[in-house]
Amino acid sequence: MYQLKNIFATWRGIIGVGAFIGIFAPLLQKWGNPGNMGICVACFERDIAGAIGLHRAEVVQYMRPEIIGFVLGSLIAAYIFKEFRPRAGSAPIVRFVLGAFAMIGALVFLGCPWRALLRFSAGDGNAIFGLLGLIAGIWIGTRFLKSGYNLGRTEKTYTSVGWLLPLTMLGFFILMLIFPQIQGEAKSGILFYSVKGPGSMHAPLIVSLLLGLCIGFIAQRSRFCTMGAFRDLILFRQAHLFSGLAALALFAFLTNLIVGQFHPGFASQPVAHTMSLWNFGGMVLAGQAFCLAGGCPGRQLFLAGEGDGDAAVFVLGMIVGAGFSHNFGMASSPKGVGPHGIAAVIIGLLVCLFIGFTMRKK
Amino acid sequence: MTTTVDARGFSCPQPVLMTLDEIKKADKGEIVILVDTDTSKENVSRAATSQGWQVKDVLEEGGRYRIIISKE
Repeated sequence: MYQLKNIFATWRGIIGVGAFIGIFAPLLQKWGNPGNMGICVACFERDIAGAIGLHRAEVVQYMRPEIIGFVLGSLIAAYIFKEFRPRAGSAPIVRFVLGAFAMIGALVFLGCPWRALLRFSAGDGNAIFGLLGLIAGIWIGTRFLKSGYNLGRTEKTYTSVGWLLPLTMLGFFILMLIFPQIQGEAKSGILFYSVKGPGSMHAPLIVSLLLGLCIGFIAQRSRFCTMGAFRDLILFRQAHLFSGLAALALFAFLTNLIVGQFHPGFASQPVAHTMSLWNFGGMVLAGQAFCLAGGCPGRQLFLAGEGDGDAAVFVLGMIVGAGFSHNFGMASSPKGVGPHGIAAVIIGLLVCLFIGFTMRKK
Repeated sequence: MTTTVDARGFSCPQPVLMTLDEIKKADKGEIVILVDTDTSKENVSRAATSQGWQVKDVLEEGGRYRIIISKE
């Protein structure tokens, strides 16, 4: 009988990867990253959007090396294990729009699914509403999947197509070296750097980059995905990916406890607001968009690293979505939702429903 | 009789959904599933096993996989 050869794709493998992220994300926070934001794919892509000036929210501008590491780590793993498969052509415009609205929803809650788990494991009760919203959004997505929704087949394509997002990330990293952060300065060459707020808080560049590379590598091997975790549980009653997510939450909780970062409560949690309905609503939108696009924001980065040009378009959609989000007052702040955040969530949900209902094949 | 599910070009969960549809229809026998990523190969194999089917063989053909599952 055929046996799986990839040890990371086993139960132990996926749990090990979840545990690794669960331990090192809170440590990244200890080493300088913002509160309960050791790793947040949405927030960090938003910071990258700020660093290149797509939005001018001064407190969230930094070229996050973790994101660069995720893509390049996945690329390295894909090449070593001969899994680099350049492919594209499965409804890229839809993926771009889903990426943009996923980001808009995530920034109403203030975090991607990874950060929702990290916030929860550090005692932030508001994250419970975000996680419930995420599950609700994914549940809606699974109804569409069950009724025949899909974005169509990808085509095998030129190797260079698969290289474009990794090269973009490499370019971002080179920009960081050419225009390094100058203490107390809001700009270095063409790059923006926050001097206060979450964007000014970061672990040392080399630590962030190396951990990003490690996580990118093992996540590519294990197919770690927080959206897939709930989706597979709902669709197939299958807990494989979920066990990785549970390990992340458990180990993050233990690490937070050990390093003194566990502070249970609802009020005054770092980079969070207490408007429960919109913590929920923002993540219903994000969860549905992730489900319709086939992966959480982290997974989209890992897929892009292994040559998936459509996942790369989703990533670009998220980065551009962050620009819209802050430029149009749709992103939340610790004070609460932005002036147009609620309208954005409603419009986003309608767009997702439109996509879900109209792209079904039976 | 062997049925073939062509899930090439689809990313998960489509290959798994397509396989499970066929498993429901077939009840027993042999099914061949064509996929083109390692993730789909692993997911389809895992889903088939969880349904009490056996993964008899996985053949690689130019970066694509032919997964043969069966149930007596």
